[in-house]
Amino acid sequence: MADTSDLVLDVRNLKTVFFTNSGLFKAVDDLSFNVRRGETLAIVGESGCGKSVTALSLMRLVPDPPGRIVGGSVTLEGTELLSLDEAQMRAVRGNRISMIFQEPMTSLNPVMRIGDQIVEAVRLHRSITAKEAHDIAIEMLRLVRIPEPARRAREYPHQLSGGMRQRAMIAMALACRPALLIADEPTTALDVTIQAQILALILDLQKELGTGLVLITHDLGVVAQTAQRVIVMYAGRKVEEASVEALFASPMHPYTRGLMASIPAVPASGVPAQARLNEIPGTVPSLVGLPRGCAFAPRCKLAIKRCEAEYPPLADWGGGHLAACWRAEDVAEVA
Amino acid sequence: MTEALLEVTDLKKHYPVRAGVLRRQVGTVHAVDGVSFALGTGETLGLVGESGCGKSTVARSVLRLVEPTSGQIRLDGEDITHLSKTALRPHRRSMQIVFQDPFASLNPRMTAGDIVGEPIAVHGLASGKALEARVAQLFEQVGLRPDQMRNFPHQFSGGQRQRICIARALALGPRLIVCDEPVSALDVSIQAQVINLLIDLQRQHGFSYLFIAHDLAVVAHISHRVAVMYLGRIVEIADKDELFRNPRHPYTQALLASVPVANPLAKKLAPLIDGDVPSPVNPPSGCAFHTRCRFAMERCKTERPALLDAGDGHQVACLLNEGTGRGR
Repeated sequence: MADTSDLVLDVRNLKTVFFTNSGLFKAVDDLSFNVRRGETLAIVGESGCGKSVTALSLMRLVPDPPGRIVGGSVTLEGTELLSLDEAQMRAVRGNRISMIFQEPMTSLNPVMRIGDQIVEAVRLHRSITAKEAHDIAIEMLRLVRIPEPARRAREYPHQLSGGMRQRAMIAMALACRPALLIADEPTTALDVTIQAQILALILDLQKELGTGLVLITHDLGVVAQTAQRVIVMYAGRKVEEASVEALFASPMHPYTRGLMASIPAVPASGVPAQARLNEIPGTVPSLVGLPRGCAFAPRCKLAIKRCEAEYPPLADWGGGHLAACWRAEDVAEVA
Repeated sequence: MTEALLEVTDLKKHYPVRAGVLRRQVGTVHAVDGVSFALGTGETLGLVGESGCGKSTVARSVLRLVEPTSGQIRLDGEDITHLSKTALRPHRRSMQIVFQDPFASLNPRMTAGDIVGEPIAVHGLASGKALEARVAQLFEQVGLRPDQMRNFPHQFSGGQRQRICIARALALGPRLIVCDEPVSALDVSIQAQVINLLIDLQRQHGFSYLFIAHDLAVVAHISHRVAVMYLGRIVEIADKDELFRNPRHPYTQALLASVPVANPLAKKLAPLIDGDVPSPVNPPSGCAFHTRCRFAMERCKTERPALLDAGDGHQVACLLNEGTGRGR
């Protein structure tokens, strides 16, 4: 990385573990990445891959106990977040770094008016009058294209539809103009036509405000349509990172390749009825007692002896395309 | 099309909305509002639509798990709409359902083997050793090991639990299986396994699927024909290839355009419709989609379009172009 001046977030060797009755498990293991101003980084993976714990770690919201960040660094606009005390962190959270969640109904206060919730968020970080904060709240609701913002500001979350609630969440998250927005499956609970509206809205606002965006999703379609760079996670580790074009053109990790082959596509034309999908055999591993070698090896068609014994290093295969696989060079041939 | 196994005619399901101390009826939810379709033997009909469009209510009405308000359901030519519980019982064997959430639809205190064997025992088809052998066979058919019969549901992963649900549905040799969002709760890599299993089983046994999902790609993959629902009505129904190549209803077109394509070089997301789905309590007059439709005319506000043939069995309910919808 030559130019680091516009770096918003820099994560190095992040490690978050959970202590449970069945043992210690590494939810996030040795994860490094960065996000630039105005850039969208997508983190993809299936349940249990550590993508949501990554988000919580960045926000310093990992429930402790049982979880704890045990190593690494998270630098936001030059400030090391992991060494801040709780009061200092509160001043950053919701101000310089914000988050929106999958289910807006559970993350909004059900007994507080929408407008008041935004006012609260704004006044926590800026010393302004209630009137000024109220004006900002209305302005934010207008920005996220909620019709009749002044009337909606007086309503409670249950009076809004799912799409409107997610808009209100976005308004709240962006009210302080954060440098970084984390969106954890922001459209998974929404219908597809509403999803298209919300994604378009997030991208528009990001462009307008220059916010860095970490988009966490399991949907490769959403990734392809929104991100500039992509990280693929499996069992707590980054297994691949690339520009979105490079990732979709030539995935280098067998897991990424398997994921892409297993999603059904809306047929353009001529796809025979009921073609079988390529499936990845087996299931997502439990994080307790992971093998010493590559966690994907038991499901991998290309696995060799070495995969079970040694964890492959993340190697650069050209142009910043990283993949952790002993057989990355052979992936394309086998398909 | 082959002869119809299932024929649904003008199916309606309305729920009263009550309010106040006297629980007076203040409105009606038009969950399903005049749905007709036919499903052939060995065929898969996909039913897509957004939340609240009534697709699950259609599924449950077909199985008589909810009582339809009006309309007719014929299974194998016989009208089962008004059969009593006992009279319906023999027909229950030929129609089964697989639900969305394999965590909620399995009894946590029963072993997997007992869950799959229960319908066989209830219908008195086998017992003892024969029952066990039959269950073992079902386990193998859905890709589970017979030695897993003694395990409880919590010992299985999500994908495996859905396999148990499928084995249970297969137990009585059904001719129709209703799948209500069977893969929505599963991880992407597991989704493909279950879809493949459903396709393989259909090829072996020749039963029909009524396949309900909100994911267009999944529906496109598994179905022979696809019906699109909006606010309790079918707005378009056609062969899968025809529907995706040549969608004619503005809603179908918007729905297809909203699906994010897993290709960064493809056309970027362009939301074609604004706003939310209106409430089914007081659905809009005329064409229910007219409030969000970019091509709505004056007529659309008052006239309810019928589902008409636009050629080659492609039916569409839209007033544009003399009832043939919008070409593109």
